[in-house]
Amino acid sequence: MFASISLTRGLRIAALFALGLTLAACARGAEDIAGAGGFGAGGAGTPGSTQDFTVNIGDRVFFDTDSTDLNSSAIATLNQQAEWLKRYPRYSFLIEGHADERGTREYNFSLAARRAQAVRDYLASRGVDNNRMRVVSYGKERPVVACPEPGCWAQNRRAVTVLDGSAGS
Amino acid sequence: MNRIHLNPPLRDARALLALACLALAALLVPRPAAAELVIDVRGGQFAPMPIAVVDFSGDGNLGMEITRVISSNLRRSGYFNTLDPNRFPERSPAFDSTPQFDAWRATDTQAIVTGRVTRESGGRLRAEFRLWDVTSGSQTIGQQYFTEPANWRRIAHIISDAIYTEITGIPGFFDTRIVFVDETGPRDDRRKRLAIMDQDGANVRYLTPGDNAVVTPRFSPRNQEIAFMAQSRGEQPRVQVLNIETGARQAVGNFPDMTSSPRFSPDGRAILMALQQGGNANLYKIDLHSRTTTRLTSTGAIDTSPSFSPDGDRIVFESDRGGRQQLYVMNADGSGAERISFGEGSYSQPVWSPRGDLIAFTKMSGGRFSIGVMRPDGSGERILTEGYHNESPAWAPNGQYIVFFREPQGEGGGRLYMVDITGRVETAIPTPNDASDPTWSPSLSGS
Repeated sequence: MFASISLTRGLRIAALFALGLTLAACARGAEDIAGAGGFGAGGAGTPGSTQDFTVNIGDRVFFDTDSTDLNSSAIATLNQQAEWLKRYPRYSFLIEGHADERGTREYNFSLAARRAQAVRDYLASRGVDNNRMRVVSYGKERPVVACPEPGCWAQNRRAVTVLDGSAGS
Repeated sequence: MNRIHLNPPLRDARALLALACLALAALLVPRPAAAELVIDVRGGQFAPMPIAVVDFSGDGNLGMEITRVISSNLRRSGYFNTLDPNRFPERSPAFDSTPQFDAWRATDTQAIVTGRVTRESGGRLRAEFRLWDVTSGSQTIGQQYFTEPANWRRIAHIISDAIYTEITGIPGFFDTRIVFVDETGPRDDRRKRLAIMDQDGANVRYLTPGDNAVVTPRFSPRNQEIAFMAQSRGEQPRVQVLNIETGARQAVGNFPDMTSSPRFSPDGRAILMALQQGGNANLYKIDLHSRTTTRLTSTGAIDTSPSFSPDGDRIVFESDRGGRQQLYVMNADGSGAERISFGEGSYSQPVWSPRGDLIAFTKMSGGRFSIGVMRPDGSGERILTEGYHNESPAWAPNGQYIVFFREPQGEGGGRLYMVDITGRVETAIPTPNDASDPTWSPSLSGS
C-alpha cells in the first residue's frame, strides 16, 4: 500500500512573474496623445478642429438599456457628425462602443460592438467613406462615471466617435 | 531538487514536470469495517460536522501553520465546524497514542485530526496525520507525505483533501488554484492583471503585467493553460492562451474582428469562443493544434459564453436570438440548439459543471443579479445567491462549489466568493485588490 503523487506545479510561476515585470515597461502610451494637439489645434471655435467636432457637433450618442437602436436624438447628432466628417475628409476615426455596468461582461462586449457598428452603418448610409472608419468595443470596461443609480447608467451606454489625433473618450 | 520514483508509476504527463516531489504512504492501520464518519450533504439538509484539528507536533511553528491551514480549509468548505482549541479535553495527544475518546465524546466532537511534522535527513519535510472517528473510537485514515519544506502549504491542502474526501465522499478541492482579474485604479481606466493564487487566497502572483486589459480568464481542465481576452487601447480585443509554466502567450486564431468569451474543451485541445461579425457574434471552435476553425452558430444574434458538457457532446451558450439573453444547449457540431431557460428575466454566462449534472448561470431579473444552477434540460432551477450584482460563475473541479464575483452598488469594486450547490454555504475568498472573473484550476494532485 504505497502510492506516490508528484508536486508538479507552482514553482515556475516565479520566473513568469519576473518576465511580467520587464514587460510592464511597455505599458500604454498611445492614449497620452492628448487634447490640445491633433490636426486642428486651436479653440473650440476653430472650424475643422477636433475641439470643433467634440464641442460643437458632439462626439457621442446614447442608447436605451439593452438597446442598440439609434433614437431620434442619436440620429440628429449623427446627421451633424456625417456632414462635418464629409466637410473635413482628412480625418479618419474610431467609433468606440460602450455598455453600462448592468450587464455581464461577455455579452456587454458584443452589445457595445453592435452599438459601434450601428453608428458606423448609419454614418456610411449618410455618405461617410467606410475606409475612414474603424470600430472597437470596450464592453462595460470604461464607464464615464461609476454609477450608484440608474439615472447615471445612461451616460455609459454610448458610442463615441474619436477623431484620430484627439484625446479619446 | 531530487525526484523520487515510487510504485505505482506517476499518473500522467504533468507529473514529469515535477520540480519537487511528494510521496504519500498510508500509515498501516487496518481500516475498521464499519466506519461511520460520514456527512451527507447531497440533500442540502445537513449540520456541519464537529471536528477537532489538533496542532501538528514538531518542527517549530510549521506544525501549527499546517494545522491552521487545514482548519481554515475545513471550516471554509461549510461542511465542518472546527472545535475551538480552548475546548479540547486533552491538550495535544501524542501522535503515536490513541486519543482519550471518552473525553472527546463529551465535547460532541465527531472527528479528530492529529499530526506530526519532522525533518528528514537532507532537509525534506515529513508530514503525517491521522483521522480518528470519535464515535467508534478508531482511526479512519492515516497517511504520510514527504516534500520540500517550501511546499508545506500544499501538504496542508492535500491532507485537507484527504479528510474532506473521506468524510463527505466528494473529491477534495483544496489543492487547487484560482486565477482571477486583479483590478486597481479608477473605474474608467482600470489596470487589469491576471493573478493566480491558492484557493484560500494565499500565494498571490501576477501572470500579466497590466499593459493591456485582460478579462474572462478560463482554466484549461487538463493543462496549465489559461484562455482569456486581452485588449490594448483602441485595438480589437483578442482571445489569447497563456501557458502558466512556460509563460508562452499566443493569440487564438487570426480573425479581423473581436474574439471573446473563450472556453476550453474538456480535453484541453480546442477553444470555443465568440467572433464578432458586424453587429452579431457567432460561436466558433478552434483546434489549438491543427488550427482548424469550425463555425457553430450563425443566427444574426449575439451568441456568446459557450461551455462544453464534460463529455464534449454538447455546448451550452447564451444568445439574444429570441430578444433577451437566454440559455441554449446544442450539439457539439452546432446542430439542434434548444432554449433551456424560461424563468422571469434574462440568463447569461452558463457554465457546465465538471460533474455534468448542473449548469451554473448568472440571472438578471428585477434589477438584481443572481447566481444559480439548473439541470442541462432546464429543469430544477435554483438560485444560490442573489443581490445587486453577482457575476461570472465558475466551477470547482469537484462540481460542488461555484466561485463568482460580487460588486456592491456604487463605487466599490468586485470581490470573490464561493457558494456550494446546496446554496447553504457562502464563503468570501480574500484577494489583495478588487477582483473579478474567477476561474478554478483542476486539482493539482490529479485526484
